[in-house]
Amino acid sequence: MPDATGAATLRTEAAPFRQTEGGGPQVSSFTLDNGLDVVVVPDRRVPVVTHMIWYRNGSADDPVGQSGIAHFLEHLMFKGTNRHPAGEFSQVVSALGGQENAFTSFDYTAYFQRVAREHLKTMMEFEADRMTGLVLDEAVVGPERDVVLEERRMRVETDPAAQLSEAMAAALFVRHPYGTPIIGWMHEIESLDREHALSYYRRFYTPENAILVVAGDIGPDEVRRLSEDTYGRVTPFGERPIRRRPREPEPRAARHIEIADPKVEQPTLQRLYLTPSSRTAQGRDSAALELLAEMLGGGPTSYFYRKLVMERGVAVNAGAWYMGSSIDDTRFSVYAVPAEGVSLADLEEAVDGALKAIPAAALEADAVERAKTRLVAETIYSTDSQSSLARIYGSALAIGETIEEVRRWPDDIEAVTRLDLAGVAERFLVPPRSVTGYLCKTAA
Amino acid sequence: MSVAAMEALSASPTKVGRVLSPGGVEAWHVRSDVVPLVALAFTFEGGAAQDPDERPGVAQMLARLLDEGAGPHTSDAFQERLAARAIELSFNAGPDAIGGSLKTLVRHLDEALELLRLAFAEPRFDADAIERVRAQTIAGLRYQQNDPGVMASRRFFAEAFPGHPYGRPTGGTVESVAAVTRDDLVALHAKVIAQGRAKIAVVGAIEPAALALALDEVFRALPQAAPLPPVPPARIAGRGSQHVVEIDVPQSVIRFGTDGLSWRDPDFIPAYVLNHILGGGAFTSRLFQEVREKRGLAYSVGTSLVSYRGAAMTWGYTATKNERVAETLAVIEAEMARLKEEGPSDEELQKAKDYLTGSYALGFDTSTKIAHQLAQVAFEGLGLDYIARRNALVAAVTQDDIRRAAERTIGDGQLLVVVTGHPTGL
Repeated sequence: MPDATGAATLRTEAAPFRQTEGGGPQVSSFTLDNGLDVVVVPDRRVPVVTHMIWYRNGSADDPVGQSGIAHFLEHLMFKGTNRHPAGEFSQVVSALGGQENAFTSFDYTAYFQRVAREHLKTMMEFEADRMTGLVLDEAVVGPERDVVLEERRMRVETDPAAQLSEAMAAALFVRHPYGTPIIGWMHEIESLDREHALSYYRRFYTPENAILVVAGDIGPDEVRRLSEDTYGRVTPFGERPIRRRPREPEPRAARHIEIADPKVEQPTLQRLYLTPSSRTAQGRDSAALELLAEMLGGGPTSYFYRKLVMERGVAVNAGAWYMGSSIDDTRFSVYAVPAEGVSLADLEEAVDGALKAIPAAALEADAVERAKTRLVAETIYSTDSQSSLARIYGSALAIGETIEEVRRWPDDIEAVTRLDLAGVAERFLVPPRSVTGYLCKTAA
Repeated sequence: MSVAAMEALSASPTKVGRVLSPGGVEAWHVRSDVVPLVALAFTFEGGAAQDPDERPGVAQMLARLLDEGAGPHTSDAFQERLAARAIELSFNAGPDAIGGSLKTLVRHLDEALELLRLAFAEPRFDADAIERVRAQTIAGLRYQQNDPGVMASRRFFAEAFPGHPYGRPTGGTVESVAAVTRDDLVALHAKVIAQGRAKIAVVGAIEPAALALALDEVFRALPQAAPLPPVPPARIAGRGSQHVVEIDVPQSVIRFGTDGLSWRDPDFIPAYVLNHILGGGAFTSRLFQEVREKRGLAYSVGTSLVSYRGAAMTWGYTATKNERVAETLAVIEAEMARLKEEGPSDEELQKAKDYLTGSYALGFDTSTKIAHQLAQVAFEGLGLDYIARRNALVAAVTQDDIRRAAERTIGDGQLLVVVTGHPTGL
């Protein structure tokens, strides 16, 4: 079901794998004459393929005043073409015993089907057809906009915690569109129409702007043949559309915001820091932030959990995450749920105290080792899932990384030193780069 | 029948073997060496329905405490052993079972199994761990206290199964969790985590002979199971009634339900096909088409069959803005009535069967998913050959079967409806 990927729940998309351990898939890639990039990830265990098409545009490319258009168009992509009227694609996928869906993120939009291998070409025909052949009747646009408005009501308008997440991102990114929700602001979704959708579609839905990922029981030669026969027939636009993203100014102000709502029975504390991403970081900074998030907040043996929950008892839960897989500067999050009777202000003080002690207290050698082991093991576990592999490669390429960079990721993690960890903490987890959010209750 | 469906019929999605340990422990096993990991899933009969009447939430607290210290290891030491080897161990409690899974790299299998054995046989229930889990559980309940979806489900189950264990919240309430004692946890552990109670499935790079020995290591230490008090059979109550839970939000969450059929019922498969046509998880279902696609009333809408040990029902969900609740309910009721009266067209039925048979293999694409599927099939008592038989059962469903299933599920069309929000015009 067309689905807006909730940014707040997105951790790192890229949990890749190491080649030396467990073999790892022999990934290959090539580019069709019309500019479409193709990646093939073999997985021969079951006669099934995952077919994904990724577009290098996401909500951060929405034109000013049209927030939500990337996601709205993702919904509208199911409305049919001249060759295949509305619903036919889904009917065919279903009758072939396949599954399908789509999702929109900040930097990309993707569509996928999972089918028996012999149906791959049919999926490619339909997907290639809707790359440039979308037909939008006014009659389908209105109800679909209502669907998106209901989606937003479900995810955000009825949930104060989601409202705090939105408000914090909006405060963290003062200039960059990562501060705008993927699904869009309510009042701007209400004004999106057929013309907005079509003009956005014509700009971004081209072979040069897309990446085809096929994972499953198939080799590169066959994928090349099938894709040339289908996607290869789509006329190129001439060049890849340029993404124009404003850069964040150097942050200076620590920001504090609060959502107070009568529905809140359990207060929580959230903190965001503006940090480099895998694409903007220098040296090993991004790998170090990835590892730091795992050490500080990856489960019950993490530093925050031990410090705040086990030792001091000021929180019932605490953790951290880093959204490293982004084109532009991104967010690092720290969160904690106060114990009964502990105020958010006291909890915040405890969190800040723990953060200050990072170089001395948090970076013991065995804790570093444990975090590395867990991150690297994730990459092996991911090879058990065809869909995960397809997503890892698709998302990486969509933000401009290379297959080689995906492959190297475990080694990059292993290479991080204690000094690297202390360095990124010292430079990036600092008040001027932060937004602190309180979720609390008001009188009804 | 399409070519795809015929092929799907002939091929079982996975080859399952039975492993019996020297000590008499049985597991279902799928051997796969491609990825160097082992996934294990388990289900112990006896879940939240076994909670003391006045203190729901014991089973869920028990599930959360099994990895909070066991044998010689305190909670922190136990978690550190898991984390140091990236072993993933989790437990959960449902109405009828406590289950969970283990995932490990092959080279850490021995350590993983030893930790699993300790978690099952020798959980410590240390006071500090109990208090920590209690505080986390209460915080979780408070966090969701005014979530419209959670509120709607809570009220729905209370109305559907009044005075019955299934009518109580599985996770308990703030008050009941506060009252759970260490004795409650120890007693439920002794009752449920016992030999002969567990269904076990193992997938990955392990030989049957090695698995047989491992099974004895892990499960031999457990006490023999004594019979559990059976869950009294129950039928969904309150059909034909509508309940509004008022809360100030712009969108109302709707839960609706009627009779269903249990997985063990001979008409389950026809009911499952019927449910797919009505509100199953594809863009093609009638409710998806009528509620979302044509009218834009909701983002998500659907139905599923709920099959418990003592009850079965058809359960539906959607959410729409307050002003359109009445319209949405009218569309849903009309579609259910129309499906019951006219049945699906032959083509619609065939397409549903094609989808369900063709897509079955997609649920067997990761080791963890396979292990969970197998443990579930074993738990339902459907037999080792079910996975091979299942597509033929679906393909054999006729219009007569569908009519019978519709009679037994949709029946007179009377629904129990719960709406949470501020609906207008109801």
